[in-house]
Amino acid sequence: MRILVLSKSVPDLVEELALDEDSGELLHDDMTYVPSEWDDHALEEALLLKDEVGAEVTVLAVDTGDVDNMLFTALAKGADHAVKLTGDFDLATSNRKRAQAIANYLRDNPFDLVLSGVQAIDDIDGQIPAMVAGLLEWPHASVVTEVSIQGDQIHFRQEYGGGLQAELAAQTPLVLGIQAARKPPRYASVAKVRQMMKSSTVDEVDASADAVPELEIRRFFKPVAAGHAEMIEGEPDEVADRIITILKERKLVRG
Amino acid sequence: MQKAKPIELELAVVNGIELPGHWNRMFEPRVISEYDLSVLDQVTSIEGAESLGYCYQCGKCTAVCPVDTVGDYSPRKVFRRTQLGASLVDSPDLWLCTTCRNCLRVCPKEVNMIEIMPAVREQAVLEGKAPEELLTAFENTARYGNPLGEPPRKRADWVKSAEVPVPVMSQHKAPVDVLWFVECYPSYHPRGKDASVALARLFNALGVEFGILGTEEKCSGDSQRMAGEKGLFEMLAEHNVKMLSKYQFNQIVVTDPHAFNAFLHEYPKYGGQWPVQHYTQFLAPLIDQINLTRPISKKVTFHDPCYLGRHNGEYEAPRNLLKAIPGLDLVEMGHCRETAYCCGGGGGGMWLDSFVRDYTSQRLSEKRVREAVEYGADILAVTCPYEVSRFEDAVKSTGNTGKLEVRDIAELLAYSAELI
Repeated sequence: MRILVLSKSVPDLVEELALDEDSGELLHDDMTYVPSEWDDHALEEALLLKDEVGAEVTVLAVDTGDVDNMLFTALAKGADHAVKLTGDFDLATSNRKRAQAIANYLRDNPFDLVLSGVQAIDDIDGQIPAMVAGLLEWPHASVVTEVSIQGDQIHFRQEYGGGLQAELAAQTPLVLGIQAARKPPRYASVAKVRQMMKSSTVDEVDASADAVPELEIRRFFKPVAAGHAEMIEGEPDEVADRIITILKERKLVRG
Repeated sequence: MQKAKPIELELAVVNGIELPGHWNRMFEPRVISEYDLSVLDQVTSIEGAESLGYCYQCGKCTAVCPVDTVGDYSPRKVFRRTQLGASLVDSPDLWLCTTCRNCLRVCPKEVNMIEIMPAVREQAVLEGKAPEELLTAFENTARYGNPLGEPPRKRADWVKSAEVPVPVMSQHKAPVDVLWFVECYPSYHPRGKDASVALARLFNALGVEFGILGTEEKCSGDSQRMAGEKGLFEMLAEHNVKMLSKYQFNQIVVTDPHAFNAFLHEYPKYGGQWPVQHYTQFLAPLIDQINLTRPISKKVTFHDPCYLGRHNGEYEAPRNLLKAIPGLDLVEMGHCRETAYCCGGGGGGMWLDSFVRDYTSQRLSEKRVREAVEYGADILAVTCPYEVSRFEDAVKSTGNTGKLEVRDIAELLAYSAELI
């Protein structure tokens, strides 16, 4: 079983987003980037499968700048190989273009199972796994948990609305968008990551892609606040009284 | 004939007194102690953890271990359980030690938990057996340079509330006398920032030529090292040494005793050799120059931080500062100076609150707060950034709100000098 994990770095929301209000552009170089949390879960699920059935795990990132640390961290956690798709990419590269590059790579390099985070904070409609599967005409499922390998089939769960869950099965090759791994993503000690940086390599694969149909971002802007919350100041008892008064005024409590 | 090798330390030094053990030297396990020692051997074969094997179970450590007073942990018990074949890497024991150093103070065999704990914990971290909340603190530190997960770019934002000049070295572009290494909690924690503001105003009132690294500073990493993340510590040490090396200054003054420990004993190994003082040591000789006009007519007791007192031998400077405040009545608790109790924050304890709660009857900080109340103190004076938040929480959780205030010494001085 050869598993490919797609990983991506996203703006770190611990820092404020850097936005040029005049031009409506995100200032990518002024922001810090961290591995997408959902991709960490996809990697963990892949590593759990590796622990269980001995799969070979490759982690892949599109070279949008500083992705090496993310890839070496994945190697330190237990991934077998790391691949960086190089070409005309930067932090502003669209998901459509990234998906095309990943699909091209997958045509030349066969994998049985592709796991990706179900979404990323800069792509909350979960585009990449679906687009990769679409471009390759592979089966795809999203919002997936509890992946297992059963003979030549992959079994997994999918969440539906209203608290319903489904157990599904699919043949490989297959692309899954992982909602959460069965365990919290494992920790890679700094010493191990640094050791990986010295002892292992990231395979660079040229993935220059043809032009793809893309959306043009006209501008980014901060939402305009419609109203403000009222902050109630004072001693806890006064604040509690005021809250009760407001609740009564709005007829939200009886008595 | 080859000389038989003792399985204990040949000569231990306790409080400067040599304790040769030749009269009761043990060369092999006695019949009564013929256990399968393979599990103990696994631990003592880890570099740094060798001295666990020296334990001869006198139990002196148990008598002074703060954790033993609230739970079922002491260095002797760690040895005994390991000797009987229980895996230390899998045991909660491994995460309960706060590296307070009280056991080493009394141990006749120099069983050194200060070296054993980080060494075995490192192994546990590598095997993925460390508590989740501790790993979160490690990850935050690796990613943001502080265990709180606060934005690195806002590390120096507290200076705005100081309302006095706090030069940041990268903009100051001139040599200074004192490089103030502020550390994480004094930069980000609301109560830590209060102490930083107080100290900044004291420095200004004294006319100290000082500067801070600002966003170029990262956590000193000493507690992460003690909690088993040596690689992270090395990365932080290399970074801080590199940043500090860019600037000219005469000495480093630290707010945090844990940073003090790192700069004294560890950073020199990474090329960072500078004279370093804890801020209480820096201020003590200058106390006559601080205009302490506003009396604090309260009973004040002082909690010795483990890493200022027991680890590094400074007991007087904080007390001299407190005694200089007019009206202040300094009372000592039973556990003070060398025998001081621990706040529970050291050795990673700061980030193991939920984990430790499952194995202890109360927090060490709660026990300490109860002791301060017992001695009739109105104010618990502290001088380690972990302590203000730990003890203030403990005051609330032990139902002592209104009875005991927790104040950093810098806050008390600045208040008395009418700077805050």
